[in-house]
Amino acid sequence: MISMTAAVLASLICLPLASLIHFNHFLGKRIVINIIQTLFSLPTVVVGLFIFVLFSRAGPLGGVNIMFTPTLMVIGQAVLITPILLGLIISALGGVDKAIVDTAISLGASGPQVAMAVIREARYAVMAAIIMGFGRAISEVGLAIMVGGNIKGFTRVLTTAISLETSKGELELSIALGIILISIALIVNTALNRIQQR
Amino acid sequence: MSLIEIVGLSHKYGERTVLRNINVGIEKGEIFALIGPTGSGKTTLLRLIDLLEVPTAGRIYFDSVDITALGRMKLEARRRMAFVLQKPVVFNISIYDNIAYGLKWREKSRGEIRERVDYLLEVVGLSAVRYKNARTLSGGEAQRVAIARALAVEPEVLLLDEPTANLDPISTSRIEQLITHIIQQYETTIVMATHDMSQGQRLADRIGVMVNGEIIQIGDPRQVFNAPQNRQVAEFVGVENIVDGVIISNEEGVATIDVGGNIIEAISSYNVGERVCACIRPEDITLALSKSPSSARNSFTGGVVKVVSIGPLARVEMDCGFSLVALVTKKSAEELNLENGKSVCASFKATGVHVIRRD
Repeated sequence: MISMTAAVLASLICLPLASLIHFNHFLGKRIVINIIQTLFSLPTVVVGLFIFVLFSRAGPLGGVNIMFTPTLMVIGQAVLITPILLGLIISALGGVDKAIVDTAISLGASGPQVAMAVIREARYAVMAAIIMGFGRAISEVGLAIMVGGNIKGFTRVLTTAISLETSKGELELSIALGIILISIALIVNTALNRIQQR
Repeated sequence: MSLIEIVGLSHKYGERTVLRNINVGIEKGEIFALIGPTGSGKTTLLRLIDLLEVPTAGRIYFDSVDITALGRMKLEARRRMAFVLQKPVVFNISIYDNIAYGLKWREKSRGEIRERVDYLLEVVGLSAVRYKNARTLSGGEAQRVAIARALAVEPEVLLLDEPTANLDPISTSRIEQLITHIIQQYETTIVMATHDMSQGQRLADRIGVMVNGEIIQIGDPRQVFNAPQNRQVAEFVGVENIVDGVIISNEEGVATIDVGGNIIEAISSYNVGERVCACIRPEDITLALSKSPSSARNSFTGGVVKVVSIGPLARVEMDCGFSLVALVTKKSAEELNLENGKSVCASFKATGVHVIRRD
């Protein structure tokens, strides 16, 4: 649930942002894209640390008081997967034939209308990008423990539960949870494949 | 001023000049064909007219407004035109939605869109498959969708870039029928690029011949076809026999041209001593086994070098001191029993020779 919300939140940010980057020509565009791609491999604990510092009681946003809540986990995971989503959506938009853009323009589409048409063309690749982001969010553990605190029934998620049960020696439970997690990953990947085949 | 007036237009891609000093006016309701070999700049010219690119130099006036200097007003001018690209481009949505796209962008009402799209689906013969994804269509069908989509917005100017390139003959003739239908039904001004000379002849009111980024001749199809202005145009419009020579006499418009020892007589006003090319269309040459007394002033005997059949015709290459190509019907080729080495007599009238000056 947390990862899904994070994926939705990140997509809402990334779609307009990726369109802005893709459709505008500006100085340093190449560099921006390079930085985004570098951030694909952002370690989850680094994002966790960053969010922790920002939202801990003594941090600049400590007053918001959402430390160790699902809300902050959503924010953290959204930050984590934003580079992947941004990078993949930009390349999805870039994969749309230039002739499609020309055709839209010549049919009298305005700037935003052209962007919408291109996103619509790239919809399957964009959906694949979102699912990839979701996959990364659901499988990470470092950030979830650091900013969620692994509180039972509140901020405990599959990965943090596995981590805890393993250290308690409850291997059967851990393995069972692991199987559930892998099943979710399998379902997500199957969905991804089906979308890409269309 | 014409509907589209192009003045001193030049365009460069980096260091490469693709258009040089184009000056042409296209009248309202006219079908203007740009013909020329691939890479001569036809597509670039259409793209500039449609404001897909900004020219390096020169002006394009559309309805007396300089559209190259419009800036933010571009959309308004662009919405009065529609451009069909050479490669059939369809959006990855249904055929119906493809045709409706331009109307949606103009925020037309649902009812209006449905009426217009239904009508056009009928015109292009794709009503039965309207909800199919357009990506599943063949090249010819996709191009029909592209033309219908362009027509949907009722453009004042329709720009067509080689609409039948890469299509099979049946699809080509369907597209041509569609264009003829547009010409008859609407007052749309059409600017079309084609490398197919005969297509230009079939559809256009006027033809502009483009070679190497320049328009080197503008005229009605007959004029361009029968009286090409220079050697390049002549080659492009299918004059296969272009023989270099010098005028050695001219008596009341009948010029005698010396072509390396042989004499060709032609109707021409060029003076003695002028270096010229004699252009003879292969279909204007008749072949016989022996010299017959006829009205044709020019008659040469030579050996057949090669016979190739092209559909119902036979293309005969022969050597009569200079090389000559004739087109005859397959039947007469059989009757004459044409084969390599056979001696035949080629004749053509003085009026069948078009003389152009050599640079």
